[in-house]
Amino acid sequence: MEIKWKIGDELKGNVPPGPLDQKWNKYKDKQKLVAPNNKRNVEIIVIGTGLAGGGAAAALGELGYIVKCFTFHDSPRRAHSIAAQGGINAAKNYQNDGDTIYRLFYDTIKGGDYRSRESNVHRLAEASVDIIDHCVATGVPFARDYGGLLENRSFGGVQVKRTFYARGQTGQQLLLATYQSLNRQIAKGTVTMYNRHEMVDLVKIDGEARGVIVRNLLTGKLERYGAHAVVLATGGYGNLYYLSTNAMNSNASAAWKAVKRGAYMANPCYVQIHPTCIPESGEYQSKLTLMSESLRNDGRVWVPWKEDDVQAIRNKSKQPKDIPEDRRDYFLERMYPAFGNLVPRDVAARAIKKVCDEGRGVNATGRAVFLDFEDAIMRYGKSEAHQQGLSNPDKSTIRSLGEKIVEAKYGNLFEMYEKITGVDPYHTPMMIYPAVHYTMGGLWVDYNVQTNIPGLFAIGECNFSDHGANRLGASALMQGLADGFFVIPYTITNYLADKIKVPKADINHPAFEEAEKSTRERFEKLLSIQGNQSIESLHRKLGKIMWNLAGISRTAENLSKAVEEIRALRKEFWEDVYVPGSMDEYNPELEKANRVADFLELGELLATDAFHRNESCGGHYREEFKTEEGEPLRMDDEFAYIAAWEWPNTNEEPILHKEDLNFEVVKPTTRSYK
Amino acid sequence: MSWLSNFLTSAIGRKLVMSLTGLFLIVFLLIHLTGNIMILIPDEGASFSGFVEAMESNPVIKVMSIVLILGFVIHIIQGILLYFKNRHSKGGKYAVIAKDNATWASKNMALLGTIIFLFLIIHFMDFFIPMKVLKEYGHHQLYHKVIAAFQNPVYVVLYVIGMISLGFHLAHGFQSAFQTLGVNNEKYSPFIKKLGMLYSIIVPLLFALIPVVVFLTHQK
Amino acid sequence: MKLTLKIWRQNGANDKGHFKSYDVVANEEMSFLEMLDVLNEELINRKEEPVVFDHDCREGICGACSMVINGKPHGPLRKTTTCQLHMRHFKDGDTIHVEPYRAKAFPVIKDLMVDRTAFDRVIQTGGYISVNTGGAQDANNIPIAQSIAEKSMDAAACIGCGACVAACPNGAAMLFVSAKLNHLNLLPQGEVEKLERTHKMIDRMEKEGFGACSNIGACEVECPKDIQLINIARMNRWYFSSAFAGDQ
Repeated sequence: MEIKWKIGDELKGNVPPGPLDQKWNKYKDKQKLVAPNNKRNVEIIVIGTGLAGGGAAAALGELGYIVKCFTFHDSPRRAHSIAAQGGINAAKNYQNDGDTIYRLFYDTIKGGDYRSRESNVHRLAEASVDIIDHCVATGVPFARDYGGLLENRSFGGVQVKRTFYARGQTGQQLLLATYQSLNRQIAKGTVTMYNRHEMVDLVKIDGEARGVIVRNLLTGKLERYGAHAVVLATGGYGNLYYLSTNAMNSNASAAWKAVKRGAYMANPCYVQIHPTCIPESGEYQSKLTLMSESLRNDGRVWVPWKEDDVQAIRNKSKQPKDIPEDRRDYFLERMYPAFGNLVPRDVAARAIKKVCDEGRGVNATGRAVFLDFEDAIMRYGKSEAHQQGLSNPDKSTIRSLGEKIVEAKYGNLFEMYEKITGVDPYHTPMMIYPAVHYTMGGLWVDYNVQTNIPGLFAIGECNFSDHGANRLGASALMQGLADGFFVIPYTITNYLADKIKVPKADINHPAFEEAEKSTRERFEKLLSIQGNQSIESLHRKLGKIMWNLAGISRTAENLSKAVEEIRALRKEFWEDVYVPGSMDEYNPELEKANRVADFLELGELLATDAFHRNESCGGHYREEFKTEEGEPLRMDDEFAYIAAWEWPNTNEEPILHKEDLNFEVVKPTTRSYK
Repeated sequence: MSWLSNFLTSAIGRKLVMSLTGLFLIVFLLIHLTGNIMILIPDEGASFSGFVEAMESNPVIKVMSIVLILGFVIHIIQGILLYFKNRHSKGGKYAVIAKDNATWASKNMALLGTIIFLFLIIHFMDFFIPMKVLKEYGHHQLYHKVIAAFQNPVYVVLYVIGMISLGFHLAHGFQSAFQTLGVNNEKYSPFIKKLGMLYSIIVPLLFALIPVVVFLTHQK
Repeated sequence: MKLTLKIWRQNGANDKGHFKSYDVVANEEMSFLEMLDVLNEELINRKEEPVVFDHDCREGICGACSMVINGKPHGPLRKTTTCQLHMRHFKDGDTIHVEPYRAKAFPVIKDLMVDRTAFDRVIQTGGYISVNTGGAQDANNIPIAQSIAEKSMDAAACIGCGACVAACPNGAAMLFVSAKLNHLNLLPQGEVEKLERTHKMIDRMEKEGFGACSNIGACEVECPKDIQLINIARMNRWYFSSAFAGDQ
């Protein structure tokens, strides 16, 4: 089937002039401000309470704006930022190992395979330093060394130690600090919090974002809220794949409603598949669980070289430890000697898929490889024995000493692994397989993190801006906090400075009427179908299409097949879905139906974008575009641009708006981790 | 002084009162036991009566006995208030009662306290009220009254039940009092817990031993 | 494996609620919530109303899942949330009682879902460090002893699931409140507001209708994140200081 699209106007990123490392400071020097007495009359809506949304609501509340903040959760503390395990990057150079703001910027640009906007990334690297200071001040109990100073660890794709962490719960600690700052503002009355409220439409008046329609999930009632600006911080669309490491309720609906009101979706094909997740165990599987990338600091990834060893492990006649060293293929170390097991996520995920496609996967489904800690345990054990002054310790003493060190580093991850799989990873290597984890794509925003709709801002994973085609580990938390606490308070003020004379939005305006009416009709339609298929089963079908045809590796043929199948499934959905209950009550199935219906459109756009991008870069790997060694082949002459898609109407051709990427400082080269 | 009344009516304030009065009663029990043990000395009550005499003539003890009664009363009242406050906070019973997440005693302090209270009423009616309030007999006669009372097997059983309840009450109460006071740390807590366990076994055991031994050795 | 589930069904806070029995075929690799997903999908296929329960991350960190399984919040496995509890810990033929948290301060919304916003309101009274964005000094300016940072982290690991309240026969929230107080009060950054924070949060906790601690310890046992009673002891000390300090 042929996939068609139109070419629209080119986009401008509104990047301020001047040298890269001075742009942000110059911007702040020159930007427009809103005086404190005027802030008290200006309303802002923030959707989402993760690091970006919670941070933005707190910081804007501190400034004195009237903030209304919404989450579909029962409490702002549940946002999925909470699940990030490994850490947060910052160019503090506390380790004296050569880190600088420029190097963090450079690593992020390179890690993103030269598909992100230089100015945004540099600003992110600058903010990283302030983030750590702010987090410590708000009480994040980061890991510390014996002298009481902050500890760092290394993460994939970089050669310095710049990752700050709080055990394996860094996201939790950062989110709780954000949640606490938010609660401080709620108590002060600057932020009004609406729990269990989901945004179901965006309201535009005279082309500007002026409000939202929100569904009170407990009563089912549709409510209208107006403001001078709307900030979306609603996360990514990983659940499009059904199975992902996202939380069960993570969805793209708020962002997609914005797209349907005219916002552009940029680079939707850039999806990060995380290499180290716990493999799927059966059809009923509801989600996949990530094992932190930090494990690759000490774990070695391998599969057997030989077919018979593979078979023996699959039918459990052999244990992994029965396979001698010379019959193991530590394939990441073999393929990428310079970075070894710590290659970036996209590279590791593809390598794992490759060995499994060769038939060397080690579980019954053939989709798993080992992540082995035996060497690390023994190495730490020896070092510990030496420190304790033990002479000639035997192997079991060394092992138990080593286990203790590994437990101190990764104890909670090992425990989680054992809970889920029932296997003790101290003695049997973990089994891991890639899974959808993060979406680099998202709403198109300019330097101000403003979408093409004036007054509509998008921050955090919800926008596309900082990670290019691939995100480095420990950078999502950094971006969320940077956008929320350190970017939007400035840029939204610059926008709102022109709006101080604009009266508060009138929620009886026809635009609100229309938005509420169309939302109601949509929900009524969903409820009236009364078909035979559950939402869950339809979502699962969509996930399979996406994973098989638009997953780790893609081809033009598969992608056009994906579009065809998604369209058919969308039709099936609107004819045969069964949504129980009614609209005027707590109805989680109806919520799900609304979200899956949106995924069924976004999925098509993702496949279209992947089809149009005739190159391989970062998380987007097209089999037709690879080097002789099978490494991804970027086509900078043709595709060094951001693809921002307009979705005029479902079943109409989408319109592609390009924003050229100009690299003034970094010269795009082939990304090599060999 | 509103801060003080606020504190004393707060959940933690009430608990502090429970803890301090409880510890005070724990100390009292030791003194009480010292006297009672003398009943078992085979000298026809000479030592026991001497001890009672000494206690009765000591003005400090006189003052303390008032404090003691106050301690009991406050401990009981606060206990009742806490019981009702907590019952109000609880949302209802679960269909299955989890057994292994806490000791039985800790979940039944009010019940145990009630049994001990009932025991105390009997105990007071037997000795304290006739001797000290009604002045029916002098303290030098107390020994014979005790021996006579413990000839009755019903009394012996009642006392033993009272003491078993006391043991369980103390098993939780002793270490709980320290936890409430904020004394919980790696250095001292293991010791406090062991001491509490020893105390709550030995003291009620010795108390219970007295009526049993008297019953067995003074059969008419 | 075949299981009989006795699930609490309650339509709103004013409904009386009752147990309803369901048969479900599960598999050992499933998580408890996936087993409920299977049941719900069956119910939907039969056009019956699915069982409502809170859940989200399914990684044991968001704190959304909240049910009581056979009398225990988050079920029989220690240091484990319901979403991380797997069916291999049950036997074929088991009857499992599933009911909502029962505590005055956590009214039932529907079926197994309760309202835990009382926790948010307690945090709002002081569960934060009062600094605005932008004014912080360099993160390494104040060294914090590793042991102190670790103790703070032990307490900060609380996921706000409310299992402590559900497990407590007194419906008390002392473990939750003390966890937040220890997280913040132990750090030099949080020291500044220590006594005021302690006082305000405890005050709010009582107003929300939570009970008083009687040191039963069921909260500690049922806590999926292993928050210890020692936090309550430290909280009490701070509370005494805040009540008796002369110059406040």
